Amino acid sequence: MNLLEMNHIQKSFGELHVLKDINISVKEGEILSIIGPSGSGKSTLLRCATMLEKINGGEIFYLGEQAASAKGGQISYAKGEQMKKIQGYFGLVFQNFNLFPHHSVMKNITDAPIHVQKRNKDEVYKEARELLKKMGLEDKEDAYPCQLSGGQCQRVAIARALALNPKILFFDEPTSALDPELTGEVLKVIRSLADLDITMVIVTHEMQFAKDISDRVIFMDQGVVVVEGTPDEVFSSDNARMKEFLGKFHQG
Amino acid sequence: MSFEVMLQQLASGFGQTVLIFALTLLFSLPLGMVVYFGRVCKFKPVSWLVKIYISIMRGTPLMLQLLLWYFGPYYLWGMNIGGYKFTAIILGCSLNYAAYFAEIYRSGIESIPVGQYEAAQLLGYNKQQTFFKIILPQVVKIVLPAVTNEVITLVKDTSLVYSVSYIEMFAVAKQIAAAKTTVIPFFIAGAFYYVFNFLVAWVMELFEKKLDYYH
Repeated sequence: MNLLEMNHIQKSFGELHVLKDINISVKEGEILSIIGPSGSGKSTLLRCATMLEKINGGEIFYLGEQAASAKGGQISYAKGEQMKKIQGYFGLVFQNFNLFPHHSVMKNITDAPIHVQKRNKDEVYKEARELLKKMGLEDKEDAYPCQLSGGQCQRVAIARALALNPKILFFDEPTSALDPELTGEVLKVIRSLADLDITMVIVTHEMQFAKDISDRVIFMDQGVVVVEGTPDEVFSSDNARMKEFLGKFHQG
Repeated sequence: MSFEVMLQQLASGFGQTVLIFALTLLFSLPLGMVVYFGRVCKFKPVSWLVKIYISIMRGTPLMLQLLLWYFGPYYLWGMNIGGYKFTAIILGCSLNYAAYFAEIYRSGIESIPVGQYEAAQLLGYNKQQTFFKIILPQVVKIVLPAVTNEVITLVKDTSLVYSVSYIEMFAVAKQIAAAKTTVIPFFIAGAFYYVFNFLVAWVMELFEKKLDYYH
């Protein structure tokens, strides 16, 4: 069974048709990268998958459970407890972190597991400390986001998303707000997650990273999936638009 | 009249000034939040009504509003307003200041980046948790300087209740000044207001410092 399935997704902002009949599916344990030029709809697709944007057409399933469906042109989303359950399946790492500035690193990570998932406090703290260690931030639990570098903030944000034990983790250009050095440390952390068999969907402009880490790559342009396949297939594709987009990457 | 007696009378008037100040704050600070929610209510008639209310409260003098709150019920419905004066004063001041606080809260709440709401949604917080745990604490820090301004203005605005002949410090100062033909009570009253506001500013600064641990 597919962990995530998005069928015939349509999304418009007013006159602007951003997603035109997109179909993607993600299997358990799979790492999918979505690449493409700015404005191609990659981030919008993630925002639709995570319910931050409402789709205008199509359907979304998580583990076979319907999250959104189109019936007679009308979109209906799962409600109440069912929606809560589905929202527990996924987490999202934002481009600009969106940490809570008034909470310490520890509280950023532990507050939702304790107050949303109602889990045992000691257990949550223990897990959070392990996560911080994994992120190389074991000495930062009492720090506030404003005292951290961008790369450290993003690693805290990853820990915060992981603390809820999602089945699938989405990354929305996780390194686009960072300089090359900080980008490296965040990519390293994401690579380490790949070794843990965490299902991930990553929207990124880091081509080498996408090529190395992914099981499958999707190239999007102007709201449609242009090329899809293994990293080797996609990066050596004959598609003209794909070649044009990768021109710089291959030269560099 | 000796200086000590003057001071004593002004001090007892000052007690009334502080009482009006404290009760107005007590009611208007939370009421401002209610007004804010009305102002941004998705049900249009409510938000229009609240907008009109804010517009009138801010667009007309507080002194005129106090006169209306106090004398209005008598002229309109022949209500017996004996013993109602203090209630009218607290009502008038609280409703007026709630309108200002509502707009201050609105400016603070609207300045919170949408990403904070999105992160809260992704982490599974419900609407109440998002507001009270994520948004409100950040809003408090943002609006504190503007609230300090209003609170200081309120200390001075308490003197407006002399217009409905309520005896507080300012009214006492005027009485003594007129009876004894001296400006000394004005100087003393001025000193009381100044010192009180100095304390208010000091306390608010403590709050600001307490919230200085992040930005």
